[in-house]
Amino acid sequence: MKFWIGAAAVLLAAAVAAAALKNEYYFFAGYTVVMFVVLATAWNILGGYAGYVNFGTPAFFGLGAYAAAVLFKATEAPLALQILAATAMAGLLGFLAGLLTLRLRGIFFAIATIALVVIMETLFINWRYAGGATGLQLLRPAPTPPFESYIKMLFVVMVALAVGAVAVARYIETSWVGRGLRAIRDSEEAAECSGVPTLRLKVFACTVSGALMGAAGATMPMYLSFIEPPSTFNLNYAIGALASPMIGGTAHWLGPVIGALLLSSLQQVVTVTVSNEMNVLVVGVLLVVFVVAAPDGILGLLRKWIRF
Amino acid sequence: MVFSFELLLEAVLFGVLLGCFYAAVSIGLSVSFGLLDVPHVAHPAIMVFGSYCTYLLGLYGLDPIVAGVVLMPPFFLLGMGVYRFYYEAFEKRGSEAGVRGIAFFFGMALIIEVGLILAFGVDQRTVEAAYIGKSLAVGEMRVPLRFLVAFAVAVVLMTALTLYLSKTFTGRAIKAVAQDEAALRLMGANPVRIKQWAFGIATSAAALAGAMLIIVGPVEPGMDRVYIGRTFSVVVLAGLGSMTGTIAAGLILGISESIVLMHFGASWAPAVAFGLLLAVLGIRPQGLFGR
Repeated sequence: MKFWIGAAAVLLAAAVAAAALKNEYYFFAGYTVVMFVVLATAWNILGGYAGYVNFGTPAFFGLGAYAAAVLFKATEAPLALQILAATAMAGLLGFLAGLLTLRLRGIFFAIATIALVVIMETLFINWRYAGGATGLQLLRPAPTPPFESYIKMLFVVMVALAVGAVAVARYIETSWVGRGLRAIRDSEEAAECSGVPTLRLKVFACTVSGALMGAAGATMPMYLSFIEPPSTFNLNYAIGALASPMIGGTAHWLGPVIGALLLSSLQQVVTVTVSNEMNVLVVGVLLVVFVVAAPDGILGLLRKWIRF
Repeated sequence: MVFSFELLLEAVLFGVLLGCFYAAVSIGLSVSFGLLDVPHVAHPAIMVFGSYCTYLLGLYGLDPIVAGVVLMPPFFLLGMGVYRFYYEAFEKRGSEAGVRGIAFFFGMALIIEVGLILAFGVDQRTVEAAYIGKSLAVGEMRVPLRFLVAFAVAVVLMTALTLYLSKTFTGRAIKAVAQDEAALRLMGANPVRIKQWAFGIATSAAALAGAMLIIVGPVEPGMDRVYIGRTFSVVVLAGLGSMTGTIAAGLILGISESIVLMHFGASWAPAVAFGLLLAVLGIRPQGLFGR
């Protein structure tokens, strides 16, 4: 119950901020931060609970973005439909990729997901209708009332997506699915022997995780009014989605949220004040430091002092 | 699309050169990942770092091949240090090293990449040498001399490493540690020290591979991202830790990439390595020459 009150409060705060604040830059930056909350939460469903490292975030994210963009180009569909289509396509990719690759253990799965990114990027570079290598310019429609600007609307939509993603992750974590996934992470053989349907659970986790990543990508074409393969299938999304849970803590749904909020806000600040390269360096250093020194992330550190 | 015999022959010839080069850049990974089971995602980043060191030494007039050989001892030490750290931080603590180990090397690759960007900028760098820019005429075809040089170095590197692993005592110990670590410990040998030694060798091979990389073409800091796919696909296709397999897999990748490049265009080429990798993982996960 507390969770749902909190979720409603976050949504309300986003709506109030959209109504009260004038400076659009806050929403422009905030959108990216909240987007990484969705990506990190989605990544954690497979990576954190089941222990399968997924470098393929850009493949799902990019497919979602392209699904939305192509649908918009073909039919001028409204934003809600675009998000729906993106979620479905990325979920389908997650399902198929899961079936093909989740029989592989550890590093092999991780490498296979990198392969997925490059293959998706190559496909879209060679697809003329979707703009090919040069990309596709998209004209934003007028914002739906009560919103007076499109960026503010996208921000609120992204906050709603983040709340939804966290609710899904929380549900998985507390249900028998989450217990099964944790059993897989601890010992796949033991889980299999105890009657946990390992492959089915992993494919399920991969599908949900992929679908949420696709949803996060769906609004990207409208956010930029433009879409092109290299920036859409950029490995930096994989880095953010992987580093945030590692820094925040992978065991609890709150971990990726904390990690993503801290890391992406820091990245926004560093990008603006120093440089974009420095921002990637910050992520790399934080990732290594946390993985080595604080294996359970910020949540693990907090748990030493406060019990919750 | 015209399929002519000459074009195919040229593609195959170029593919063999390219393939040997791919095998050479992957052979270090074949030791560190294939034999030692370390998820060394940062291998290509270390290789690119080697390329930049070659570039720096080249500014003092050193030939890139000589520079690559000069770099091997410091990289050997670097590799020993990296493995030691990895061992202390992850392997020693035992379970659940998987996720965090991969994340650790991923972070390391990022740090190297950005470090290079901060130090050198994102521009491409090249080296100067007598054999760069010239080409050799073979009948109708022209073969760039730089590829032949890289080919020769690759063959020497691979032969040396294959002989080392099968003929010398330490080499055999490295293979033994890959097969059964516990048994090695019972024989009174220290598996950690042998692994550290092997990781040093893998890293010095990456230094020489880096020198070849900058001989073959211009180098930029972000290049490791493409080579993650190529090197891992070669190692997995080969069957983990098989040296002869690495050469065969490199050739397969090189030839198929060059055929795709010539017949379908450059925009499809990057997907070849990964498509091949996915196919192998799906159909024959133990690779062509797997144990």
